[in-house]
Amino acid sequence: MPQEAQKEKSMILQKEMINGLFDELEKAKETGKKVCYTFVPGNLSELIRTFDMLPVYPEINALQSAMRKKSGAYIKEAEKNAHSEDVCTYVKCDVGMMLKGNIGPTGQKIPEPDILLLSYTGCFTFMKWFETLKREYPNAEVIMLHTPYQENGEIRPEMTEYMVKQLREEAIPKMEKISGVKFDEEKLKKHLKLAKEAQDWITKIFETTKHRPSPIDAYFAGVYYIGPINIGFRGTQEAVDYYKELYSEIQERIDLGLGPITPEGEMKEEKYRLVVEGPPNWTSFREFWKIFYDMGAVIVASSYTKVGGVYDMGWRHDPERPLESLAEYCMNCYTNLNIPQRIDLLSKCIQDYHADGYVTNSIKSCNSFSAGQLGMMREIEDRLEIPVGFIESDLVDPRYFSYSNIKNRLESFFQMLEQRKIITATEEVV
Amino acid sequence: MKAIRELIAECSTQAFDLHFTRAKEWKAEKEGRVVVGYMPIYFPREIIHAAGALPVGIFGGGDRKQVIKGDAYYQSYICRIPRSIMELVLDKHTAHFDGYIFPSICDVIRNLSGIFKQQKIGKFVKYMDFPQNFLPEIGGVYYQQEMAHVLKYIKDLNGVEVTTDALNHSIGLYNKNRELIELIYHIRQEFPWRLSIEDVYHVIRAGTVIPVEEHNDILKQVCAHIQQDIGKPQDKIKVVISGAFCEQPSIGLIRAIEEAGCYVVDDDYMLGSRMIMGPVDPDTDNPLEAIASAYIRQSQYSSSIYDVHDPKELRLAKIVKDRGADGVIFASASFCDPSLLDAPIFQNAFDRMGIRYMAFQFSENINQFKVIKEQVGAFSDSIKLWDEEPIVI
Amino acid sequence: MSKYYLGIDLGSTTSKAVIINEKDEIIGRGITNTRANYKVAADIAREEAEYDARFSLLTQQLKNEIAEYPEFMKYMADIRSVFQYRQFERRMDLLKKTLRETVDGFAYDNKDEIADRLNDILNIIGPQIRHEFLEEDLGSRNQFFRDIINERYNQEVEKVDRKYFEPLMLAFDKSITPVENQMLQFNFKELVDESMRVLEVKYQGLADMQEDKEDWYFSELNAVKNNFKSLESSLRGHIDQIAGEEIHIVNMVGTGYGRALLPFPEDCIKSEILCHAFGAHAVFPNTRTVLDIGGQDTKAIQVDSHGLVTSFHMNDRCAAGCGRYLGYIADEFGISINELGPEAMEADKETDICSTCTVFAGAEVRELLNNGEKRPNILAGLHKAIVQRSMSLIARSGGVRNEFTFTGGVARNQAVLKYVTEMVKDSYGDVTMNIHTDSIFMGALGGAMFARRNIKVDLPAKAKAIN
Repeated sequence: MPQEAQKEKSMILQKEMINGLFDELEKAKETGKKVCYTFVPGNLSELIRTFDMLPVYPEINALQSAMRKKSGAYIKEAEKNAHSEDVCTYVKCDVGMMLKGNIGPTGQKIPEPDILLLSYTGCFTFMKWFETLKREYPNAEVIMLHTPYQENGEIRPEMTEYMVKQLREEAIPKMEKISGVKFDEEKLKKHLKLAKEAQDWITKIFETTKHRPSPIDAYFAGVYYIGPINIGFRGTQEAVDYYKELYSEIQERIDLGLGPITPEGEMKEEKYRLVVEGPPNWTSFREFWKIFYDMGAVIVASSYTKVGGVYDMGWRHDPERPLESLAEYCMNCYTNLNIPQRIDLLSKCIQDYHADGYVTNSIKSCNSFSAGQLGMMREIEDRLEIPVGFIESDLVDPRYFSYSNIKNRLESFFQMLEQRKIITATEEVV
Repeated sequence: MKAIRELIAECSTQAFDLHFTRAKEWKAEKEGRVVVGYMPIYFPREIIHAAGALPVGIFGGGDRKQVIKGDAYYQSYICRIPRSIMELVLDKHTAHFDGYIFPSICDVIRNLSGIFKQQKIGKFVKYMDFPQNFLPEIGGVYYQQEMAHVLKYIKDLNGVEVTTDALNHSIGLYNKNRELIELIYHIRQEFPWRLSIEDVYHVIRAGTVIPVEEHNDILKQVCAHIQQDIGKPQDKIKVVISGAFCEQPSIGLIRAIEEAGCYVVDDDYMLGSRMIMGPVDPDTDNPLEAIASAYIRQSQYSSSIYDVHDPKELRLAKIVKDRGADGVIFASASFCDPSLLDAPIFQNAFDRMGIRYMAFQFSENINQFKVIKEQVGAFSDSIKLWDEEPIVI
Repeated sequence: MSKYYLGIDLGSTTSKAVIINEKDEIIGRGITNTRANYKVAADIAREEAEYDARFSLLTQQLKNEIAEYPEFMKYMADIRSVFQYRQFERRMDLLKKTLRETVDGFAYDNKDEIADRLNDILNIIGPQIRHEFLEEDLGSRNQFFRDIINERYNQEVEKVDRKYFEPLMLAFDKSITPVENQMLQFNFKELVDESMRVLEVKYQGLADMQEDKEDWYFSELNAVKNNFKSLESSLRGHIDQIAGEEIHIVNMVGTGYGRALLPFPEDCIKSEILCHAFGAHAVFPNTRTVLDIGGQDTKAIQVDSHGLVTSFHMNDRCAAGCGRYLGYIADEFGISINELGPEAMEADKETDICSTCTVFAGAEVRELLNNGEKRPNILAGLHKAIVQRSMSLIARSGGVRNEFTFTGGVARNQAVLKYVTEMVKDSYGDVTMNIHTDSIFMGALGGAMFARRNIKVDLPAKAKAIN
């Protein structure tokens, strides 16, 4: 089965990349490489690489812990330590993991940070998170990189200027000091060029869902596809190779007229095409996905895959404007867009990818995503006259995933879609 | 001079006038006047004042507004203040407001600004991104640009080009305002029985919805009253309240804490009105720079400001010490991320420092607080009955 | 043979069944609150719906006779009452037996005395209930076995010596559920025969009882009394026929919270959102917005002119604002859920309740009671709080656009109804508001209608297209 073999190839590539990173992290003490904790939205991979540092992404560790069913215990550990039941579970999972020895998803110990690079993009909790980490790691250097919010749906020149100044006068000097590596703008430009290339490929990959049937699921599989570009490999040749490979595999599925691959094999019939807003639930990721593919629903676009960067509106890193484009990149991440921009972006996805429905997965932990989602949904429903569905879950708190509750709502939603489809079909006949 | 009860009664009416009548009257006095609503926590009202507009604080509906429409916008795990603000706005309580400012507090308030924009509420909606970079030449400059952005919105409405003199004048008025408020706290530190915290709250909150000149006048009279030896001391401990800086507890809850045996000698209920500590330089060629510089150098700590350069637990500990307080009560609004995420930081530090504290959660519409009162009472008793060990910082 | 369609709505607190004919007319309803497994609940509801259907068919067949002799109507109603009583009685006998066995199994020293008290109580409430069924039409009040017994049993237990209180309550708690969950098979014909015999005795005894009843009542009664012999014989033939007829269910659809557990094929399972909307729309064709407050969920649904759902919103994870919340409140006050509404209606004002959270509401209620708030006022406040939540849900789904229909079990609570009516009017002005006595059956009705249409091939839109 050639396509099976090829499917594995991109997955093997990804696995190699990630394992390689964790191996390097484990050996950081010996190799003398400096460790930089940072977040996915607004992650400055290219800059970190310019200083030969290794990135650690606490929220990725948290979601990995959830997928390995460890988050529940970590969260409880944090709650024993005065954390409220009602705050972000990524934070609590990370704190709990730290209290339990900081063993990462590969079973290897994650080294302590030399730098806490807080490019706080679109999420206040990141700020509180690093305030908490700073108290645990008093020797770590903190770089606070304030990303202005696109409150008016625009990037004004002074916003970019503000960020560039922070990069030039605070971030870069501190990174030089900690890493002992002199800032080399040419090196950064090279990484930015590769970043742009990876962005081109990933955009093409997510555009393949325009096909019928869609060859991929842009949410449940999409979260795997965004891995390399979001967790430290953007700006490397490896990432470009990975995306090229992935694209050719998907192209092959298109040529064969195949639908997306699910954990239980290929999806046979594409019945509904959906756009999803909000992160997935990680503790019951498989069960959650299954509800969709069992019903023949494929996600053709999702906002979550844009948290680490919005590339489908044409924006790319520009090696000729290195610091400016780092700044713009941060400001362009999905949760740094204002509500009207998010509505426009989702509406465009619904139209461009010919979606039949719009589903919000409202995440208790994440106010950056969730606060305002109900208003967004109403607006999208009114504007596009598209059926909308609403479910609630959490990122990594297993106590907040109610399978029957979610299934009940989604079933109703799918049956509503089915009715509407038949009606529309018959009306078209008339 | 008016009697103290009369002043308080006046203030309590203003403070909880959810129809913002004083602003309506003020606007009607003269053609073309502009009213600008601002949400918690802090906003440099000086600049709005200098532009000839009236800044009006919007602190939610508390326990005085039934919320239905606002609830349609928010999931159950989001705090209550954005719902009641939506309800107020959709019920046209703020129909006479021209613009709205959302200072950066948290993701919920930030996104609320987007809902306002999307619903086209008001003639302008500005999310004010306070700098988290505290270098005057970087964060300070950006802050000035943000203020200029607000001034442009107001100018588009009333045509007023703000002058240096006007700004300096406004800075002076708000300096006076904060000075008088601090005087109240200063007096109460020693004589907390002279004015209850409930009354203090009414007096300060009233200042967010009336012109600053009027408020200064009230404050002067209140200060004069409490400089007299009025009231009788009671056997209560002294506490500092922390965490209730955005969504406000109901007045009943504020009262209940003192009734349960705690004189509140400092708090962050109306943090915005007290945010800048000490005067802003009222006599410079660049008043916006002076305001920015005050924000960077003289701000009170806040859960919404990145604090690593000046850790909040040490700052709160210092307040406790300076005020001679016996302990801290952490009062967080339910689902308030900034406040709740700070709790472990404070509590771990206070455990180490030996500062006594207790914590509870509330929501603005809670008007039954027997349980909280019992907890506070127990906290007070435990401190009264326990040793007289000094606080070590 | 006539064709019938069955809809079963397995809710979290009650299970409903509706049988319709080929004209979408309801001919049978059944409801149970058994908390046994869903299969048993569905069977009990279905069985009830079938008896109900036979009575409907009987009435239909007798249409001409009834037109000629109006007294037939009274007689039919009486048969129905006795029939319901006989069903009740069978279960009651089972309960008596189980109660006695339970007490017998107790380790108390004074268990003989307990047994005596138990017998006393049963001897009081048995005839009491019989009287209410036969003379006061208890059967038509849609009360559940548990509720009927519970109320009267508790009343009597209160009267006996305190030392028997605990064991007697324990005996009841242990016995009621297994009895309730037992599937009892009845033979329709036998039960009707029994009922007719009981009536014979009743009517013969009525001759001299003319006290304070109104004239029309007696003229009707006299007519029945005088003619019942002849009525009986003309009915007999019809009854035999109906009793022998098979209620041929051609297709069925299951819906409700427990639908996935029904042993139905997949395409016979439909979401309760669709069913409630379809049912409500069938009864009130101009309905565009449906509010359904059920035990577990509250739903605000918008429908189009065909009764098909265009959008819906359900309460979030929090249980506040649905029937379950009322259950907690009833427990908190130690009263039955049926008493909540009437007591709330006695309020002179609504106490403010801020926590619609089930976890906190209890504490709040206790505090309010301590503060001397009146119970009806607190209850009124609680009802209002629930309705507020559903109003938010309606707002979320786009508001009330045209006619508004309120369905679900909670629609039977007068206080809820009062606040829904008030608040819908406040927010949306004078829209037509529909509340039907069958509100609790709307989901099952919608299910039955889907069963008849076999939705995939026979949608209204398609009919329109052909036209």
